Amino acid sequence: MNSVNRKLWKYNGGLHLEDHKTCSNQMESRELPMPKRLTIPMQQHIGEAAHPIVKVGDKVLKGEMIAESSARVSAPIHAPTSGTIVEIAPMPMPHPAALDAVTIILESDGLDQWCELHPIENYRHVSSDELRDRIRDAGIVGLGGAGFPSYIKLDPGQHFAIETLILNGAECEPYITCDDRLMRERPEAILDGARIMRHALHAKRCIIAIEDNKPEAFAALERAQSQSGQADIELVLVPTLYPTGGERQLIKVLTGKEVPSQGRTLDIGIISHNVTTAATIADAVIDGIPLINRMITVTGESITTPQNIRAPIGAPIEALLDFAGRENGVETQLVMGGPMMGISLNSASLPVIKTSNCFMLQPKQPTVPESPCIRCGECAVVCPAELLPQQLYWHSRAREFEKVQDYNLFDCIECGCCSYVCPSNIPLVHYYRFAKTEVWAQEREKEAANIARMRHEHRQARQEKAELEKQERMRKKKAALKDKEKGGTDDAAKKAAIKAAMDRAKAKREANQNPEAAAPTDVPSQEAAATETQPATIPESTSKSES
Amino acid sequence: MFTATITLSLLAIIFGLILGYAAIRFKIDSDPVVDQIDAILPQTQCGQCSYPGCRPYAEAISSGEADINRCPPGGESTIQALADLLGVDAKPLDPEAGEVKPEKLVAVIDEQTCIGCTLCIQACPVDAILGAAKQMHTIIGPECTGCELCLPPCPVDCILMVPVKTDANHWKWPFPNPDAGLHEAQR
Ligand code: SF4
Ligand code: SF4
Ligand code: SF4
Repeated sequence: MNSVNRKLWKYNGGLHLEDHKTCSNQMESRELPMPKRLTIPMQQHIGEAAHPIVKVGDKVLKGEMIAESSARVSAPIHAPTSGTIVEIAPMPMPHPAALDAVTIILESDGLDQWCELHPIENYRHVSSDELRDRIRDAGIVGLGGAGFPSYIKLDPGQHFAIETLILNGAECEPYITCDDRLMRERPEAILDGARIMRHALHAKRCIIAIEDNKPEAFAALERAQSQSGQADIELVLVPTLYPTGGERQLIKVLTGKEVPSQGRTLDIGIISHNVTTAATIADAVIDGIPLINRMITVTGESITTPQNIRAPIGAPIEALLDFAGRENGVETQLVMGGPMMGISLNSASLPVIKTSNCFMLQPKQPTVPESPCIRCGECAVVCPAELLPQQLYWHSRAREFEKVQDYNLFDCIECGCCSYVCPSNIPLVHYYRFAKTEVWAQEREKEAANIARMRHEHRQARQEKAELEKQERMRKKKAALKDKEKGGTDDAAKKAAIKAAMDRAKAKREANQNPEAAAPTDVPSQEAAATETQPATIPESTSKSES
Repeated sequence: MFTATITLSLLAIIFGLILGYAAIRFKIDSDPVVDQIDAILPQTQCGQCSYPGCRPYAEAISSGEADINRCPPGGESTIQALADLLGVDAKPLDPEAGEVKPEKLVAVIDEQTCIGCTLCIQACPVDAILGAAKQMHTIIGPECTGCELCLPPCPVDCILMVPVKTDANHWKWPFPNPDAGLHEAQR
């Protein structure tokens, strides 16, 4: 099946950018020689960091799990080669602020010896749950750059029927060509991955979408599909326009449907995954190989031979830059990701992580200071999410975080179209990222405050209860003391009772001496003595038990 | 005229009864304004406002006894939120109450020095300290509000306030520097 007559839709805005792709996509990808040391951060994905399950000094084999997490949104990490764990410590990771993450340093033994792998013979005979578990255990996350654990996006739950599985091969961002190369070099793996995911999701149909500036990739997939003898996957060429690779934008182009604001694609019966993720899933299921390396575009004006490199996770970025050749003599800026959405890194000694799709080395350019917004509206024209970027900017800048959410800040995909066209050079996306992280921080603080309030109230309730109990004890003690005082009068009563009893006994003795009168009065008088003494003993026994 | 008076009086009586019933049936025990104020306060329970906790301060604000600018842990954003809620002007933090700390601190016990006296446990308003008499004590980091109330009672000064380490899930993008202009990656 292919796309010739398929109806396509358009989304708002977007940009026609110079794509700079041919500089890196002409050459066959090359494998980076295994570096001596691999630096493997525990935070390479969205969600909880993984925890090391190895110790310094441990010997590990290639593909062995070295870190895992019990959190749902997380991903385990595997050894990209065989060797020894030489250090586990916090170290900077590729992050806009070069934050520290716990990092495992693996020294390669040069043998590259695999651990035992467990291929799944025929995925069609395996349940969706087992496939998801396998994909989770293989540490697979969205490889298009997002890094969200893939198995979760294969678990729609019982309430959603999946109509369409979309494999995103649009790769709309300039300079990046790793998906393009992978589609050309391993189209079979991508098709296998697509079929596995479709099986896991019970999706009715599956589409692979490719921008029309990659005809070779399209042809390769078409060829692979006809060779496989199955025509179950629809290959679609979509017009080249930035950012068609955005999930919501691609869904709109292919189906005409809009994902509800702040909703999920699931809500309209669609799931989308990146094509490289698909190939990695095929490797994990069919061959049992976890995610330990990936295809990375190394490009930019300061790279001698821009190309795609297959590199292990944890390789130093500079090894890749040197492998492709660096132009010397100019001051450069390193960017992870593409020119529109990438982040600047300040060191090339940082490692490759699962989400590194591209490293770009450009001559350093002077920055242009921002001028005031002139309300030209250009940004709104190009915004593919149909937002009002100038309003978002205005409120983010004024730290009006509620208003900025009213303008649907969280629908912004940070594509950078608005900053690109802004005549005032305002770093709009930076403002939105600032506002988003502030809102999240406020939400976390709110939650922490609620927990603190609850704990404080519990404590107060406990203290109040303890105080009440104490008062109660005091009261009883006082009552007991009073009883004891009253005990004086009791004693008198007792004495009186004893005296009365003695008198009666005396009377009895006297009566015994007179046998005629004794018999009828004997028993009743004993009973009377018993009842008379009772009132005197009861208060005493209660006051004893109280004290 | 007469019927109109009767009708209106009847209506007045009926509505009066309905309102009276509703007032009893839907009675709210606590003061909603106090709840709203309390929801804005950070629940540090540190007492820097000079009240014995966030809720008493909320009650004092609601009764007009205390000003809205006495909460240092809440800082500017809390004052702003209180001002918005109560329809008054925001004002700078009262320096008498304290200063805003540049970063969030949490308490840690130097477990070598701790003698297990339980004094800090009694001071902690949110039960964030675990321990028993003559046993080493420890602080449950995520529950600590950083109120510092456990510091003075400790007889051996073994409690330290340390900054919370930022990880990727808690990191915030800094406010853009207007002079730096466009993110280099984007041009
Ligand atoms: S493009 Fe820039 S100057 Fe024009 S309205 Fe948007 S933010 Fe303002
Ligand atoms: S970065 Fe956000 S606001 Fe700007 S164009 Fe893209 S989606 Fe719209
Ligand atoms: S541990 Fe100390 S600083 Fe933390 S909440 Fe308890 S008393 Fe306050």
